[in-house]
Amino acid sequence: MNPHSLAQRALRHPSFVLGSVLLCLVACAALLSLVWTPYALTDIEMARKLLPPSGSHWLGTDALGRDVVSLLLAGARSSILVGVVAVGIGLSIGVALGLLAAAYKGWLEEALMRLTDFSFAFPAILVAILITAVLGPGMVNAILAIGLFNIPVFARITRGSAQAIWTRDYVLAARACGKGRWRITWDHVLPNIAAVLIVQASTQFALAILAEAALSYLGLGTQPPEPSWGRMLSEAQTLLFQAPRLAVFPGVAIAVAVLGLNLVGDGLRDLLDPKLSRQR
Amino acid sequence: MMRFLLRRSLTLLATVLAASAVIFAALDVLPGNIAQVLLGPDASQEAVQALAQQLGLDQPAWQRYTQWLGGLLRFDLGLSHAYGSPVGELILERLSLTLPLALMAMLFTTVLALGAGVYAASRQHRLGDVGVMGLSQLGIAIPNFWFAILLILLFSVHLRWFAAGGFDGWSDGLGAGLKALFLPALSLAVVQAAILARITRSAVLEVLREDFVRTARAKGRSLRGAMWTHALRNAMIPVVTVMGLQFANLVAGTVVIENVFYLPGLGRLIFQSIANRDLIVVRNGVMLLAVMVVAINFVVDLLYAVIDPRLQGRDSA
Repeated sequence: MNPHSLAQRALRHPSFVLGSVLLCLVACAALLSLVWTPYALTDIEMARKLLPPSGSHWLGTDALGRDVVSLLLAGARSSILVGVVAVGIGLSIGVALGLLAAAYKGWLEEALMRLTDFSFAFPAILVAILITAVLGPGMVNAILAIGLFNIPVFARITRGSAQAIWTRDYVLAARACGKGRWRITWDHVLPNIAAVLIVQASTQFALAILAEAALSYLGLGTQPPEPSWGRMLSEAQTLLFQAPRLAVFPGVAIAVAVLGLNLVGDGLRDLLDPKLSRQR
Repeated sequence: MMRFLLRRSLTLLATVLAASAVIFAALDVLPGNIAQVLLGPDASQEAVQALAQQLGLDQPAWQRYTQWLGGLLRFDLGLSHAYGSPVGELILERLSLTLPLALMAMLFTTVLALGAGVYAASRQHRLGDVGVMGLSQLGIAIPNFWFAILLILLFSVHLRWFAAGGFDGWSDGLGAGLKALFLPALSLAVVQAAILARITRSAVLEVLREDFVRTARAKGRSLRGAMWTHALRNAMIPVVTVMGLQFANLVAGTVVIENVFYLPGLGRLIFQSIANRDLIVVRNGVMLLAVMVVAINFVVDLLYAVIDPRLQGRDSA
């Protein structure tokens, strides 16, 4: 596929463009928080608690007098970190297992697939709660829990897509030329399933952000003093009568990040699907 | 059909057994001495040892596992360390909230999703379709616990129509109980309904392109008539499958939502038991949730085979 024409089509795809803009916003917030926030995150000042939005605090302050904008910016950092690492874990281990199953078939494939079947008996939140119950709450354990859940998802989709590639004529030709399973997997299978994996990665990234937020809301994910959108919501819930606005901003931030990822995923699916591109 | 049923039942049994092994293994390596945690840091060594013996912690792991499995079969789940009451009774009591909550959420999901999905399909590429699909995209992006907080903000804080949380049991009457579960069920349902509406729309659109629908239309059936009598029934195959998976997600999602609304259900029991290190309740509660998920998937498999009999043949081949 010509990269130039792909970029042109991407720019004309409304949901991809909207999703990219939203994602850029979140990524910029996360990057900015690494070098600058309006106020220090540890800047606790009870004298200015629950201040309404103003020129000095654009979105007001929380129950400890911390600046909400600063917390939101740093929260983006936590969400992206959890998403990237958790999807990275799922992608690296899951894709390796899926490729292995498709290349070697037989008992290995059967065992891996039964294992993934079994893992679907545990919904994501249950796995995460079980893992954080065993290992204790914290960002690292939340990442581990979400990453572990991602492994069977990627393993299954990789194995399914790779199986289809293994039946193609060009793979048969490569085998006839004496190429080994690993060479074929690396040279032909992996590049041809990359598009499917990229689309799935964007979906899993969005789910990882939602899972991290839920775990942090329950107190099992990111721990203080590291800010998290989920925990901001949990703290805001106790102040619904005094400062309802505190329960709005972190939720909007989560929704913007997830919506951005979902729209980009939908756009990529349209743009990278060769059948669809031929129809256009 | 019998062969299909047998195969699926054996898979169900194997999955449940494997789930029990994983849950036991995971929680058995829980860091910290349970007896020490329960008695507190000031407890004497003798007292800790005596409690450990009473809890059976001095026995080998495999022996404790088989004893637990035996107990599960007899529904003798042991005593909760924190509550001091039988775990079986505790779980049954909490299920009387969690199960109706999940069922109510499933009902809301189905009504919202089928209505929105069929409506969007009937107005493909028109304003109604774009609106419904835009809303569903938004619904998928919203965390259910945030939506729950927004519902509390609107209906409890501002309008004061519903309580912000809590559940007084079913003794106050069915109406009061259902009212207390209305907002929690709605917040659980919205995200799932958004997903299901998109699937319903594409399934209905796919069936609408089939020859038999075109024939029905050529014979004078209105679009709405063809939609309800032909398209929807045939579109139900993928929809039912996803509904099954969603019910499993709803059951698991109650853990979070019960915490938002302070509902004394199974999810909150598990969550509180983790904090109390009440291992025996966590183990049995998580096991029950896993069994429910596996059982729901089993029923979906059977339903799927009933709706599409070709699958039975494929399975036995």
